[in-house]
Amino acid sequence: MPPRQRLFGSAMPEAPQNAVVLNGYVAIAPDDSVTVFAPKAEMGQGVHTAIAMLLAEELDCDWSRVRVEHSPVDRIYANLAVARDAVPLHPDDDATLSRAIGWFSDKVMREVGGMITGGSTSVRDLWDPVRDAGALARATLVQAAARYWDVSADSCTVVNGVIAAGNRSVRFGELVQGVTELEPASRYTRKSPEAYSIIGRATPRLESASKSDGSATFGIDVRIDNMLYAAITMAPVFGASVRSMNERAVIDLPGIEAVVRVRALNGSPHGVAVVANSWYTAQQSLPKLDVKWDHGPNATLSSESVRQQLRTQAGKPDGRSFRNVGNVTEVLESASKTLAVTYEVPYLAHTTMEPPNCTVRVNDNSADVWVGTQVPTQARGAVAGILGIDESRVTMHVQLLGGGFGRRLDIDFIAQAAQIARAVPGRAVQLIWSRTDDVQHDFYRPACASVMTGALDDSGNVLAIRASSASQSIVGAYGARNGVAAAKFDPHKSTVEGMFDQPYDVPSMDVLHHVVDLPVPIGYWRAVGHSHQAFFLESFLDELAHAGGNDAMALRRQLLAHHPRALRVLKLAAERSQWGSEPAPASDGARVARGVALHRSFGSIVAQVAHVSLGAAQDIRVHRVTCVVDCGLAINPDGVAQQMESAIAYGLSAALYGDITITNGRVDQRNYDSYKALRLHESPVVDTHIVPSTEPPEGVGETGLPPIAPAVANALFSLTGIRIRQLPLRLDAVLETP
Amino acid sequence: MSQRDISLNVNARDVIIDAPPETPLLWVLREQLALTGTKFGCGISQCGACTVLVNGEPRRSCVTPVSAIGTESVQTIEGVRGGTDGRIANALHDAWVSHGVPQCGYCQSGMLMCAVALLRSNATPTDKDIDTAFTGHICRCGSYQRLRAAVHTAANTLR
Repeated sequence: MPPRQRLFGSAMPEAPQNAVVLNGYVAIAPDDSVTVFAPKAEMGQGVHTAIAMLLAEELDCDWSRVRVEHSPVDRIYANLAVARDAVPLHPDDDATLSRAIGWFSDKVMREVGGMITGGSTSVRDLWDPVRDAGALARATLVQAAARYWDVSADSCTVVNGVIAAGNRSVRFGELVQGVTELEPASRYTRKSPEAYSIIGRATPRLESASKSDGSATFGIDVRIDNMLYAAITMAPVFGASVRSMNERAVIDLPGIEAVVRVRALNGSPHGVAVVANSWYTAQQSLPKLDVKWDHGPNATLSSESVRQQLRTQAGKPDGRSFRNVGNVTEVLESASKTLAVTYEVPYLAHTTMEPPNCTVRVNDNSADVWVGTQVPTQARGAVAGILGIDESRVTMHVQLLGGGFGRRLDIDFIAQAAQIARAVPGRAVQLIWSRTDDVQHDFYRPACASVMTGALDDSGNVLAIRASSASQSIVGAYGARNGVAAAKFDPHKSTVEGMFDQPYDVPSMDVLHHVVDLPVPIGYWRAVGHSHQAFFLESFLDELAHAGGNDAMALRRQLLAHHPRALRVLKLAAERSQWGSEPAPASDGARVARGVALHRSFGSIVAQVAHVSLGAAQDIRVHRVTCVVDCGLAINPDGVAQQMESAIAYGLSAALYGDITITNGRVDQRNYDSYKALRLHESPVVDTHIVPSTEPPEGVGETGLPPIAPAVANALFSLTGIRIRQLPLRLDAVLETP
Repeated sequence: MSQRDISLNVNARDVIIDAPPETPLLWVLREQLALTGTKFGCGISQCGACTVLVNGEPRRSCVTPVSAIGTESVQTIEGVRGGTDGRIANALHDAWVSHGVPQCGYCQSGMLMCAVALLRSNATPTDKDIDTAFTGHICRCGSYQRLRAAVHTAANTLR
């Protein structure tokens, strides 16, 4: 029995004009155009193109006629892979248990699960159902043609959207001419991989042209007749509330339509919004409200005090164990050489180029929501709850996202927009955050400290590693603010992913984590726990290599001896980066050094070698990054390469500049001037090499990020002999410290 | 804030808009003229997403009061391919697509407007010239190396 429960929803997607919907993923129109309904958000990761490729491969349609729309909200589009991935089991050791839990989690998610774009799960989640949808659609069209000709379906062939049998042929479009539906075929078969002509071929992104002429529509570009705009001022101190405001100073100004108190929902701060006929008018009026705040208990919080707490907790011997093999305590006591150091990373903001925004229109007993979101099911539920109407009365119009990186997994700004639009029923209101709102009211990548302890034998072999980290729990915080029941169950993998689940064969290993409760809002940031745990582990392995007199590459090779896929990635990175030879100097003659890091995340393995030099002002310059990735079968190799380049740039921004600091309970940074992002002249050349593979496809959107910070830090050590154990990497700060 | 009629020339079309004179050009383009290709990114001239051409020169529309435009001509991403810089803009558009420059795509209108102005003043830019021209722009997706290659490709096509 085919897994049809993921192909036909309770309501089918709305067909484009004259088109016939064949199942929940595809519609065909008489002009032969193929509309793919993508249940994942397109936020730059190229997933709309990848989904269309999976479908078109099995459908055998004309690729040039394929277009993509975001699907409606329906249970058939629930993300099953994201729940499977949340289980904190080691991917190599616990495969059987993992499969059993995965089977159970799939069953649960089919019933209760929502649509989620995140965790680098999109292709993994849709690999089976979208190929099924394509194959079923093909079989459905073939069945219609075969019945018309009174021949057997097996005698029909399909090439480029044309079905043929003997000397007769018919286009897909002709089969849907004048009909409203086609009876689905009862059987279908998927192609064998050797027959693939689209999957695995470098394919240009379908929205490239519209994103190069200004016509692509992001959430902020939605235009509705008679619409209004809203700007908001939010409690500057974490947890503060509104004490007073001067509404009358604003409400009668030209262009102003409403002043709305906005309650703290789904993790957002309390705030006051102004609705006007222009966003600029609304924004300019905010200071005139003269909002006074009750700052509450967090008005003395500082990032320095957070740092001290995290360091103290990380140093404690208790903590939840995520992996314990061998006997670390014993080995540390008897080893000839040990090393104990502390690593730290700061809070980070997402700063998507498109600031948070959402457009809502509240009608009589219904609502429309136009927004770029990674979680449309959850957003719909929240809006329905705020408006006191049934979920089925809320229509989600998911738009292109001007960057996601995890920020749009949260629905704080959507809950705000619903509250604001309720004040002006019948009119669409577009809430837009300023960049300062965005930087100061993000859900930050949590700060984290980790005490790393290691033991070596006389030949420099790694005998034991203990990693003891402390941070807030993202799953716990996200679950609490959004009412996700499953988040109540400990342990939270996101706290130590990237440390307990790596392919290295360390004889004794102990991975501990201490959850610290703090009032700083935290959330999912590209690569999540991997984003910092990789920095800790990969830098520390480098330290152990140097302490034991070993080459950094050789030490890793040894620890990966029983992991052929990881070993292959590492060896390719060594070859392609010419590891072991003296790098050519930079154009100004400065010495260049290499640093390596390898990391497994979201099912994929990535090794990177960074080529780094120092400028005249001791500034860190990354010239070139050799990047080797094994992501299983690469659906769109060009898309994979784009994501490696992207993750490296995003990770480098954080490694070189990213630092959200807190003074008196509020964030110090305000915009791109104080929260810097990598620019063209600072960005390295990235050489990506994809390991050919016939294994199932794995995650791509985040997996290129974790290795870049440690690769650069390791290159810096090679260059200067200075080990930097804090991000962002600052040589000047280290040199000034006595 | 007093409303008043302001006349503008946008994409070779004369328009009258009704907005407070200090309103940044960005919001007039996006809200009154529905030219949403020009993006809001930072509001303080840090990211370049709002870049338009004013009399052919790149200008940050997020900090340019609409009253300061006067009789100067404004070109946005929607109009630039059909305007006086059309040949350059079309070559860039094609190169952007063939190199797969856009990812999320949000910053790309600003990038393209910057590239148009660069290639008009410098038909054969070096890597260094390109780096310098784009120092005021941010792309969070990291489309940078493809962007650089695409500018070179467009320059070669135009030669």
